[in-house]
Amino acid sequence: MYRYDAIDKTLVNERVAQFRDQTRRFLAGELSDDEFKHLRLRNGLYIQKHAPMLRIAIPYGLLSSAQLRALAGIAQRYDRGYGHFTTRQNLQFNWPKLEDVPDILAELASVEMHAIQTSGNCIRNVTSDHLAGVTPDELEDPRPWCEIIRQWSTFHPEFSYLPRKFKIAVTGAARDRAASLVHDVGVHIVRGPQGELGFEILAGGGLGRTPVIGQVVRDFLPREYLLSYLEAVLRVYNLEGRRDNLQKARIKILVRSLGIDEFRRRVEAEWASIRDTGPCIGDAEIARMRAFFPAPAYRAQPDCEPAVAGSTAFRAWYRYNTAQHKIPGYRVVFISLKKPAVAPGDATAAQMALIAELADRYSFGEIRVTHSQNLLLADVEQGEVFALWQALDQAGLATPNIGTLTDMICCPGLDFCSLANAGSIDVAKLINERFDDYDYVYDLGELEVKMSGCMNACGHHHVGHIGILGVDKGGSEWYQITIGGAAGEDASLGTVIGPSVAKSEVAETIARLLEVYVERRGPEERFLDTVRRLGVQPFKERVYAAPVAA
Amino acid sequence: MPRRLLRDGRVMVDEWHYLTETAIDAAAPLIVPFDRWIQARDLWISRAGPLGVLLAPASDVNRLAADLPRLALIAAQFSGPGEGRGYSQGRLLRERWKFAGEIRACGYVRQDQLFFLARCGFNSFELNDSDFANAAAALSIFSAAYQPCNDAGLDYELVSRTSGA
Repeated sequence: MYRYDAIDKTLVNERVAQFRDQTRRFLAGELSDDEFKHLRLRNGLYIQKHAPMLRIAIPYGLLSSAQLRALAGIAQRYDRGYGHFTTRQNLQFNWPKLEDVPDILAELASVEMHAIQTSGNCIRNVTSDHLAGVTPDELEDPRPWCEIIRQWSTFHPEFSYLPRKFKIAVTGAARDRAASLVHDVGVHIVRGPQGELGFEILAGGGLGRTPVIGQVVRDFLPREYLLSYLEAVLRVYNLEGRRDNLQKARIKILVRSLGIDEFRRRVEAEWASIRDTGPCIGDAEIARMRAFFPAPAYRAQPDCEPAVAGSTAFRAWYRYNTAQHKIPGYRVVFISLKKPAVAPGDATAAQMALIAELADRYSFGEIRVTHSQNLLLADVEQGEVFALWQALDQAGLATPNIGTLTDMICCPGLDFCSLANAGSIDVAKLINERFDDYDYVYDLGELEVKMSGCMNACGHHHVGHIGILGVDKGGSEWYQITIGGAAGEDASLGTVIGPSVAKSEVAETIARLLEVYVERRGPEERFLDTVRRLGVQPFKERVYAAPVAA
Repeated sequence: MPRRLLRDGRVMVDEWHYLTETAIDAAAPLIVPFDRWIQARDLWISRAGPLGVLLAPASDVNRLAADLPRLALIAAQFSGPGEGRGYSQGRLLRERWKFAGEIRACGYVRQDQLFFLARCGFNSFELNDSDFANAAAALSIFSAAYQPCNDAGLDYELVSRTSGA
């Protein structure tokens, strides 16, 4: 993974000193609430319902074991002993004290981490494919490009006060596991006409109040121009994006109001004027960045599945929580943070410390955070998978549900977030209680359930196969259900099935949707594809045919 | 009270006047709001004294391109702590149009913005009164930068591994 040099270290230390002074000025009354808000948000610090929330950047989801240990230590000493992993591969602490934040940032800096630009109207932490470098369907490892973008976007002087937040996702594989079509900018590594490497650039995707699927701005960009092209996109957005209305300030609104053709014309015109003078990524720099992400020292070994007779629990876990690795004899292992009765994406300090130790023992000391709020160990020898499972199982980290109904994406909801209209964690619990029969859950196959506590859509409900949105109706919590959304390369927005339902009715509503699916699915057909084939009507009819018994 | 200003790293009294300020003689340096400039460009250009233009955040700075040789100063207005269009205006002036005169930040300008403003080509600042004492430290708050920008004469190390202009 990328390692800081002396300059990177100096910069994060200088940032800590800067923020320490800004916090001091705020506490001394030299900065108003509003002034400090603009500064603290650039360091990931929100003032939330119970306490400040601190969001820590995990660049493109990659962590070393030392970093995860440091996060465990911070959770222990400054929080209530746990942290929450997010859909953008970051980590949030929900209980730090404002006065402690500069010290927390200093501890992070000591392990080459920070909270820079994890919130605020600036370029956010770049995200990517959690299977980067190990998936067989990859054209090129996106991580060196992510790091190039990370450095370029860090403290970018021109784009630090944008109309609104700006999220970039990079993928290099056929399958899109980074939800790049619902990002402000999606960067896809592709091959050009002569087989040379470059990028397809999309813009204008996003969720929130106005969900939009990103559109292609340029179908092939030679690789050396990645940063100058991003500068052109950002400059058009910075100058022309709306600033009068927070709800209309994202780039998706600009792209929609101009139309993609006019937006593209403006970006291309801007780019033409900076292409030869703007940042240009030379071959030496690409080689230098690639050298930070070498293949680990894989050992040649037979590619056979672990032969463990009799353990059905292990078999189920192996089937759902591990994935194919491009190197024979290795396996990708997911660590589910979706145990029933635990808030989705939460991990305790003890679990983080254990995972760090397991990463050292079994996976070259690296851990990844996935878009779906789980962790993974990317490089585990087949012969050690069983021992790893045993260790995970003892720690409550082997819930065999990756990619299934209970592997829900879920925002922190009303319990932790000042924006939310409704709880999401307790609804996740109700769904887990209702669907506690693994045979049934497995029979349903691949199913993405995504839940947000409000219109801001941090839980990506619009692009869930089943989406659940918390709404406030006269002071009580209701839930609007959508079906048919998807976040991958075939991204689509879900359709609302009808009037929202009470909290006590959510699980039954999902059960009825699934009944229709089970009755009418074709062979090997996913829920999503059945919805796409049949449309919403049969699902809607079943859900609203009879009232739910409370 | 005369306006204080941080210009090229030094605190000084501003010799410029905005059009909206009290009557001034015809030879005094004058800053004209962008819209007024566009409306009566030829009239302003015929004036004897030094001229500047005050950009609103939404002003299209490219429309001034032909007039830049006659202008000694461009000021960009920052309406509040979240306003960011001036950063692009500054870079366009310095990099695209090679404007060599004074580029000034006015309106909401605090020490926390100085480093980025300087990198975007600003060399003078109508700084909040309480921040003058910290200005020098704020201008060198970071000792390095990742992106090629307007870096000539600034006191930090450019570590961009990409080549720039």
